[in-house]
Amino acid sequence: MADARSPHPSAAQSPALLAVRDLNAWYDESHVLQGMAFDVHQGEVVTLLGRNGAGKTTTLRAIMGILPRRTGSIRLQGQELIGLPARAIARAGLAYCPEERGIFASLSVVENLMLPPVVRPGGLSRDAVLAMFPNLRERLGSQGTRLSGGEQQMLAIGRILRTGAKFLLLDEPTEGLAPVIVQQIGRTLRDLKQQGFTIILVEQNFRFAAQVADRHYVVEQGRVIDEIRNSELNAKMDQLHAYLGV
Amino acid sequence: MPVQVLFGQLLLGLINGSFYALLSLGLAVIFGMLNVINFAHGAFYMVGAFLAWMALTYLGVNYWAALVLVPIVVAILGMIVERTMIARLAQLDHLYSLLLTFGLALMIQGVFRNFYGVSGLPYSIPGELAGGINLGFMFLPNYRAWVIVASIVVCTGTWLLIDKTRLGAYLRAATENPVLVGAFGINVPRLITLTYGFGVGLAALAGVLAAPIYSVNPDMGADLIIIVFAVVVIGGMGSILGAIATGFGLGIIEGLTKTFYPQGSSVVIFVIMAIVLLVKPAGLFGKVA
Ligand SMILES: Nc1ncnc2c1ncn2[C@@H]1O[C@H](COP(=O)(O)OP(=O)(O)O)[C@@H](O)[C@H]1O
Ligand SMILES: [Mg+2]
Repeated sequence: MADARSPHPSAAQSPALLAVRDLNAWYDESHVLQGMAFDVHQGEVVTLLGRNGAGKTTTLRAIMGILPRRTGSIRLQGQELIGLPARAIARAGLAYCPEERGIFASLSVVENLMLPPVVRPGGLSRDAVLAMFPNLRERLGSQGTRLSGGEQQMLAIGRILRTGAKFLLLDEPTEGLAPVIVQQIGRTLRDLKQQGFTIILVEQNFRFAAQVADRHYVVEQGRVIDEIRNSELNAKMDQLHAYLGV
Repeated sequence: MPVQVLFGQLLLGLINGSFYALLSLGLAVIFGMLNVINFAHGAFYMVGAFLAWMALTYLGVNYWAALVLVPIVVAILGMIVERTMIARLAQLDHLYSLLLTFGLALMIQGVFRNFYGVSGLPYSIPGELAGGINLGFMFLPNYRAWVIVASIVVCTGTWLLIDKTRLGAYLRAATENPVLVGAFGINVPRLITLTYGFGVGLAALAGVLAAPIYSVNPDMGADLIIIVFAVVVIGGMGSILGAIATGFGLGIIEGLTKTFYPQGSSVVIFVIMAIVLLVKPAGLFGKVA
């Protein structure tokens, strides 16, 4: 059965902020997550790397509670989240930015930005978000989905920064974006880390991941098969290439 | 053609349009949020008229109080129905909730028919709105003018609520992607319950407005709702402004048909529906899925 201890002794000194153990998830009959286990510590940026279809998105969806069926344990500061509805998990301080970005077509840019309710004090103000992503300021009245892909991604990240949640789940925020925008998002993530945010980042682009992350989990067939500290990344490059099939 | 007749029919068209708009607006709001075609809508409209009649007859509650209280009572009844029955079918095919609301409508109508018969009960126009004004080219009864104004105000208010407020943004977002809205910490099931209550509350309001015009009887909703469904199909399911504009527009077209081609007045809306379905199946204001 799944290992009940921390899967990465290297970081086991302090208790984990988020501890995922033996996480299983299904879409109808297909058993997608098969004993996923990992830890995330306060203030860390941790990536989930892996091929298409490995189960990275499903892992974030399982943590957020938006899958029809999941079992196992997801503890946030000791509080078990597995039985809770998504809205309670959001209120516990997790904020989710989906892979497809989830910008609402029937809402203007500013309505999209102001949509997620504040779940705790200490979130960024609307002006602080706009200072971080100045492109959005001129487009506040536009329909949300009229924005470019990069602007939609900024809006999708910006709106969850308002909520006061200090734990972000970001699903491939750089997917399909121009290099200059990828760089801007990279700077933003390093900024957020400095401000004490904890982030799980799903990435296919491990060069980008290497610039922002502390640790990487390699996901394959719905479980973690390896953990790589960012400092070991160069030494383990060949292995990583093998994992990702690049 | 005497001009009085034309304006008389136009006024009648606007009155009918006022009810079409209020009812199709509620249907559109409910459909957008719940994906439920609420066949019980006409029954809630009828219940609204009956509660106004019962409140006056048994409790001495006057028209103005009923206008406020009855929609609230019916909204609460609707929320109970949503919580205890409709919500349970949310995961199933839409056909089930359609059958459920259809069955509910039949049951509610049956109960009222059993106790009050089908002959219709009178509800007199409140004293403040008795009489009318002579506009020169026609006589405008005050109560009818009031119904039109009330409907326009309520429809506009609803549209503003949905289009301009934070609550409205929640509604629009949850209509589009309820899962993500839930993942932001918003209680989507509660939003759905409130929406259903609001929609049927609008139907009840229309029922109270209708009580002094049409006789209060158990079949008044069933007769009207068939036309309202045609209105919704023409306007396009899920479009708020579309429901309002189509409701008033079709009421007027119906009135004009009564003036110029009386034989066609009872079918004109269905003819338009057939044409719209052929030319633009999503409806005049509907978005293609
Ligand atoms: N909505 C869904 N219904 C059924 N199967 C799905 C669904 N979403 C993803 N899957 C399957 O689950 C597996 C994991 O998908 P996903 O978590 O999206 O992978 P990743 O994000 O790592 O690319 C894949 O085999 C995918 O085909
Ligand atoms: Mg994915």
